[in-house]
Amino acid sequence: MRYETPTTTKEAATLLYKEKGQAHVLAGGTDLLVRLKMGTIEPDLVVDIKHIPAMQAISKSATGFKIGAAVCGAAIGEHAALKKAWPGVVEAANLIGSDQVQGRCTVVGNLCNGSPAADSVPAMIAAGAKAVVVGKDKRRTVAVEKIVTGPGKTSLAKGEVIEAITLPARPSNSGDAYLRFIPRTEMDIAVVSAGVNLTLQRGIVKSARVVLGAVAPTAVLVTNAAKAIIGTKLDEAALEKLAAACSAACNPIDDKRGTIEYRTKVAGVLAKRAAKIAYQRAGGTL
Amino acid sequence: MTGVLVSTTINGDPVQFACPTDEVLLDSLRNRVGLTGAKEGCGTGDCGSCSITLDGRLVCACLVLGVEANGREIGTVEGLVENGKLHPLQEKFIEHAALQCGICTPGFLVAAKALLTKNPNPSEEQIRYALAGNLCRCTGYDKIVRAVQAAAKEMRKK
Repeated sequence: MRYETPTTTKEAATLLYKEKGQAHVLAGGTDLLVRLKMGTIEPDLVVDIKHIPAMQAISKSATGFKIGAAVCGAAIGEHAALKKAWPGVVEAANLIGSDQVQGRCTVVGNLCNGSPAADSVPAMIAAGAKAVVVGKDKRRTVAVEKIVTGPGKTSLAKGEVIEAITLPARPSNSGDAYLRFIPRTEMDIAVVSAGVNLTLQRGIVKSARVVLGAVAPTAVLVTNAAKAIIGTKLDEAALEKLAAACSAACNPIDDKRGTIEYRTKVAGVLAKRAAKIAYQRAGGTL
Repeated sequence: MTGVLVSTTINGDPVQFACPTDEVLLDSLRNRVGLTGAKEGCGTGDCGSCSITLDGRLVCACLVLGVEANGREIGTVEGLVENGKLHPLQEKFIEHAALQCGICTPGFLVAAKALLTKNPNPSEEQIRYALAGNLCRCTGYDKIVRAVQAAAKEMRKK
């Protein structure tokens, strides 16, 4: 196994592109090293991206925030300005694993691992986050919801790496929230999850994005759920419509952690609760 | 052995070792450096027995490659003792009998120290959340939580 530590994203992309055998990106390693240990992967090349300056920082500009692909979950939680602007994204990122895992895991890793239950993904999609994708010859910016195509599968071409995640500038009176259901209080994988991001104008929902996790092969952006609350003050009728739209969008698996029926019902319940939190964070009163 | 030379700092001391690229840091620490405090429980980041700090951040040594340690600073349970004196957390773990078989203890100590560095006065709930990544199959956690609270109190006096 070759281990490389490039210092630019382009160099990383070129290394990955040129490798004829199995090549993997190493960010936090909290998924990669488990797969290595289990023997489910036998990489010929591992590219450690933690020496690339462009991937190491969280920055704020007029266009919003940029989170480098090598920034760990704990660092995201420690960033006061990011937490203030995007509390839902930060709480979702901080739900990944234990404190030990937080010291290593990244949101880009969480995304590219392709788990339908990835915690940070619904919150990022709800936020309208974009991925900065770098190949050996060109860069492109892609909506986060276009990255994962199925469990463990992404739309990234050979040699492409995600350098950073961008979050748009925040209009005033905006709020986001992420909730997941797990059978215990900490350290578990979402049975169902919901991320809601909205902006208010005089207490009325002007725009919204509602995303569900763990109820389909990928996170689901539920446009009908957003439509159900846009133009409302999040009254009971709007919340019921939101829940119904969420349940209708579910296509979950049946397993020991949750049945299809259970996940379908809970998706609506969690979306309602997350919407209420986002609404209050946006300055609305329920 | 084909290995990569790794130069790192462990508990403040410069250390060099050579390891294969696919070896995890836990194995490097235990088998090459001779620091056997960090234990392998699950080997997949679930149990926290191999907790160490890497550039000050709490991590599982089983989820870090040995080669990643190059140029970084590692802290292990062996670094808790200062001038031959046990750390207050170690004293309180003994006093409260917060261990039985002891396999999880080094991980709990390192994780608890990381918590108290960030938050010298944690609530019981904060302690339980912070130690959620450390599994103990003997004590039922209560004595561990009491020991951490007692150590925090002791450390605040200083």
